[in-house]
Amino acid sequence: MYPVLSNEQLAPDVHRLWIEAPHVIRKRRPGQFAILRISADGERIPLTIADVDHARGALAVIVQGVGKTTRQLNRMAPGTAVLDVAGPLGRPTDIHPGSRTCCIGGGIGAAVVYPIATGVKAQGGYVVTILGARSRDLVILEDDLSRVSDHLVVTTDDGSYGRHGLVTDALKALLDEGAVFDEVVAVGPLPMMRAVCEVTRPIGLRTVVSLNPVMVDGTGMCGGCRVQIGGEQKFVCVDGPEFDGHQVDFDELASRLRAYREQEQEAAARYDEECASADMWAV
Amino acid sequence: MAKKITQKTKTPMPCRDAEERSHSFEEVSLGYTLEDARREAERCIECKNQPCIAGCPVEIDIPAFVKAVADGDLTRAFVVLSEKNLLPAICGRVCPQEEQCEKVCTIGRKFEPVAIGRLERFVADWAAAQGLEAEGVRVAPTDKKVAIIGSGPAGLTAAADLARRGHQVTVFEALHEPGGVLIYGIPEFRLPKSIVAREVHALERLGVEIKTNHVIGRTFTIDELFTELGYEAVFVATGAGLPYFPNIPGVNLVGVYSANEYLTRSNLMKAYRFPESDTPMIRAANVAVIGGGNTAMDAVRSAKRLGAEHAYLIYRRSRDEMPARKEEVEHAEEEGIEFLLLASPTEILGNERGRVTTIRCQRMALGEPDASGRRSPKPIPGDTFDLAVEVVVFAVGQGANPLISSTTPDLHVNKWGNIIADPETGATEKKGVFAGGDIVSGGATVISAMGAGRRAARAIDSYLAQGMTDGA
Ligand SMILES: Cc1cc2nc3c(=O)[nH]c(=O)nc-3n(C[C@H](O)[C@H](O)[C@H](O)COP(=O)(O)OP(=O)(O)OC[C@H]3O[C@@H](n4cnc5c(N)ncnc54)[C@H](O)[C@@H]3O)c2cc1C
Ligand code: FES
Repeated sequence: MYPVLSNEQLAPDVHRLWIEAPHVIRKRRPGQFAILRISADGERIPLTIADVDHARGALAVIVQGVGKTTRQLNRMAPGTAVLDVAGPLGRPTDIHPGSRTCCIGGGIGAAVVYPIATGVKAQGGYVVTILGARSRDLVILEDDLSRVSDHLVVTTDDGSYGRHGLVTDALKALLDEGAVFDEVVAVGPLPMMRAVCEVTRPIGLRTVVSLNPVMVDGTGMCGGCRVQIGGEQKFVCVDGPEFDGHQVDFDELASRLRAYREQEQEAAARYDEECASADMWAV
Repeated sequence: MAKKITQKTKTPMPCRDAEERSHSFEEVSLGYTLEDARREAERCIECKNQPCIAGCPVEIDIPAFVKAVADGDLTRAFVVLSEKNLLPAICGRVCPQEEQCEKVCTIGRKFEPVAIGRLERFVADWAAAQGLEAEGVRVAPTDKKVAIIGSGPAGLTAAADLARRGHQVTVFEALHEPGGVLIYGIPEFRLPKSIVAREVHALERLGVEIKTNHVIGRTFTIDELFTELGYEAVFVATGAGLPYFPNIPGVNLVGVYSANEYLTRSNLMKAYRFPESDTPMIRAANVAVIGGGNTAMDAVRSAKRLGAEHAYLIYRRSRDEMPARKEEVEHAEEEGIEFLLLASPTEILGNERGRVTTIRCQRMALGEPDASGRRSPKPIPGDTFDLAVEVVVFAVGQGANPLISSTTPDLHVNKWGNIIADPETGATEKKGVFAGGDIVSGGATVISAMGAGRRAARAIDSYLAQGMTDGA
């Protein structure tokens, strides 16, 4: 069992949980993820290790409650525990010391970008971060990211906070102003990552994206996480999760991500109902 | 002086009704009664040359245990069995006996061989019900620490043997449950998971520590096991877990699975109980499984149990060449699996949502025997057919998982990625590191993995005893 040490809400439906798992953080490096399972009938879900605390032997995960398991996680109180945490999984981010990097995090993607930005900064890099969300209340990790960034731009789709517009607008503006980057790291919803890649492709700016396909084992055993990178088959859990964005087949990934949409909705709806009736009895 | 044969055919195995079981994950074979077992054991003619012993990869004294069953002395039968085989309840269920002990059985030359596998299972189940455990040597504890990577049959066997020799053994397992293929691959209806759990508990009682959720290569590298955690020897038994997909259009459509994924979802994650369990899988009316081995049989029979109206098995050779256990092929047929032999997929077609709708196949004819001695299939030009399916499962073999080899530069692998190890001792070129099971041999059998675990345990024991002077 892996105890939940704290659970803090960062935005509606988005929580940061600190979970004790000393063996997983010992060798963990930025870019890696863990696989969690809450209980005996639970599914295995991959979550980026957003932060580590060696003193407490704990890792932070930032969770958006989109399905049953993530909603369950977000309701877990300190003192409860999850059944399994395995990791660290995936290859660490390939950080080039001193690199000028533009880190772009859209929505929950900020949770993946934060450890990468931290790693780049720690290696003497120059970090410009673009943090995007639909609206003000969905902006997460602004303080954390501003600490590890030389420059931080916040954008919201509706203009309720920061710059009005999409992350790609901010990126274009930076490039127009003459900003020079060795590479871009973009993590967020697929359409966002794809749009960033379309901005950087014509100018040949190396762009790394972090992919989040459906996974089961996370060790390369099942092939469920396979994607096409430059026409070659790769397993995201062992070969990734980060890949050259200009080589990714986003259409295929999008349809594979929808594989279990109906079952996921069914499970989430059942869970919400159970919670609602449990809450009703609690009062 | 050899006895006379009492019965020409094997005593039948009581089984669940085929129609009933094709909807259920309960074990298919029910096992012999004592009466069945004694009747079957009586069939052994006690021939002088005892070819069955050499036919067994771990050289169980089969005539002795069969004789004990015939005499009704089941304790003695179990003692003989467990001298050589740590996991008889499992092997009795999953060994390809028709290729091993039963293949060379003397009466099998004229009649059906003695049902050695069924007798093995009977004795093991009886012993478990009595709470008997394998004795084995037990010596005073040493202070030597050994790490085993992987908890499949190779790892479990090596762990038990090393613990009995007094060493402190830790098994590191990447998944959340120990057992390897026995847990994630082979379905409940063929090997109940309670049997695997029983063996794992027996190990824990021997003092073996099992650490799940530890992915070696990531959580720790092999070098770190030595330098930071103080292990003095490491046995790599990580299996053959890297599924192959054929290089044909459509393999990444939604609804295309590797058998590993399909079976892991169903067995390990219990997706057949969704939504009570949280892991989903696509439940389709029409499922095609590609392959002819045990893995393919397990997948296609699972598909039927998951509700498929049509569960097809597509295999490029003919029935005789199927590598699966004969009993499984027969059971599959009884359960209504539709065999499409001498056919091979060339393309998978999907709809606008990227989901599988059709599998296109090429019909084949058998040509000359190839290097493996099996007749190799050749396409019949222009002869193709389409089959409407929503799920396609590939069970066309596996390669070696590179997690360990890629993080252990001085551990050498062959061109298929399998670790190079001495077949007698499991010793690799890296000092203190031994390897065995599917990671060395490529996909093989439970019993061969066990045999490798046992040989490696012996070698590791002497390596540790010699003060680690050689073994490199
Ligand atoms: C579906 C299926 C059906 C089969 N049916 C039969 C049958 O009927 N009869 C038969 O004899 N054989 C059968 N086989 C083959 C048989 O199961 C294998 O040959 C045997 O299990 C190999 O044993 P092993 O110990 O080498 O590896 P495995 O059983 O594969 O176990 C390896 C273990 O190591 C773990 N691991 C891998 N990498 C790491 C890592 N980096 N760190 C930590 N742990 C790791 C894995 O999670 C796994 O638990 C079948 C195989 C499959 C897939
Ligand atoms: S999640 Fe199974 S291979 Fe990647």
